[in-house]
This record gives sequence, C-alpha cells and structure tokens, in this order.
Amino acid sequence: MKQRWNWSLWIGFLFALAGFLSYTFFAQFPVTRDFPWANLLLFAAGGIFLVLGLFRAFGKAQVYRGKVFGPILAALGILIFGFFSYAFFYQLRQVPPSTGAPRVGQKVPDFTLLDQDGTDVALGDLLRRSKAVALIFYRGFW
Amino acid sequence: MPEINRRQRQKLGYAYTFLSDPKAEVIRRYDLLHRGAGPKGTDIARPGEFLIDPSGTTRWVNLTENIAVRARPQQVLKAFDDMQAKGGP
Repeated sequence: MKQRWNWSLWIGFLFALAGFLSYTFFAQFPVTRDFPWANLLLFAAGGIFLVLGLFRAFGKAQVYRGKVFGPILAALGILIFGFFSYAFFYQLRQVPPSTGAPRVGQKVPDFTLLDQDGTDVALGDLLRRSKAVALIFYRGFW
Repeated sequence: MPEINRRQRQKLGYAYTFLSDPKAEVIRRYDLLHRGAGPKGTDIARPGEFLIDPSGTTRWVNLTENIAVRARPQQVLKAFDDMQAKGGP
C-alpha cells in the first residue's frame, strides 16, 4: 500500500518559518512588537503540527510517510525557534545601560546639530519657542 | 547625515525635525552611546526618549532596555499633559 503524504510535518514547518519571518510585520504594532505574542503562537502551532506529524510518521509508519523528513523538519523548526528566541530574548536586550543620561528634574545639555535640510538647529532655540521638546534618540542606521 | 535624514523623513511621512549627529557627540554627552552596534561595528545611539520643558529641565525619560520596546505616543502625550497640569519645574 502506498503511504500517505504526511502534510502535518510540512504545515508545522511552515508555521515555524512564518513565526520567524513575520516579526518584521508584527513589529509595526506595539502590542505584538514589545512582546512577540503572535510569533510565539505561530511557533506553538508549528510545534503541535510537527509533533502530530512525527507521531504519524513513527506511530503509523504503514499509513504515513515522513520517517526521514519528519526529524529533519522538526530539527529545522526547533533551530528556527531557537534562533528567534536568541535574537528576541537575548540580542535585542543587549542595550548598554545609561547612567549619565539626564534624569527627571535635571537640566539637559544644550547642543546644535544639522537638521534634515542642513540648517543648524540649537536645542535652546527650540525650547524658547515651544511648550516642550520631545527629544528622541534613534539608533538610526537607515 | 542631513540628506539621508531628509529622505527617511519623507519616506516615513514625519513632520518633526530630524537632527544628525554623525560623530555621536551629542549622543556621548547624553551618555547614550552603543559602541559597535551599528553597521560595520560603528558606534550608534542606544534608544532614549526625553520630554524637556522650556527651561531645559527633563520632565520625563524613557531608557528602554530592549530595542524592540519603545515609548508609545500616548506615553509621551500623557507626560506632556502631566507637565502642563503641574506647571513649572
């Protein structure tokens, strides 16, 4: 009897891949950017399908294929999940502490920098003609 | 670089001022340097957000410890409202 295609393995692997690749999309929304709920859900779904696929491949070997592909796809899935976890939960948190940054109640140092049109802009000038200034430092390698 | 900032600002459709600090001088003065974190190991800024009142005093700060987590617009607006309600520093 010809064995059946073990679709569960492939769906599981695709979910894991989607869990990894979709962060650039989910990063657009603060709720899914600050903590990768959506990605972890995709990984969880991928895990369930992969486990189901492995059970089929090894438990019902007469019915389903996937004895070779199953472990490979599962291993790749785990690898992708591991890489995502490393990047999100470790790498993104490697931000140096800033002990010398102005704290609430402290005066900020004045400065003059070029704006997007190449014009000198002094913080002091901005402050003089505004109710407040929101100063945002970007990593900014765009 | 102003030219790059001009293009990026246009692309994102932002109306506020984008300043360039190519030698990271102001970044250093604010103790926000992230050594070697830029492309090809260049020094860039770690994220930092400040609300400053007209006297030059910091009224709100956000120094995230996770690059993916930044202040949300509502936080900054709330800090501004609080500042207006409280008056002077």
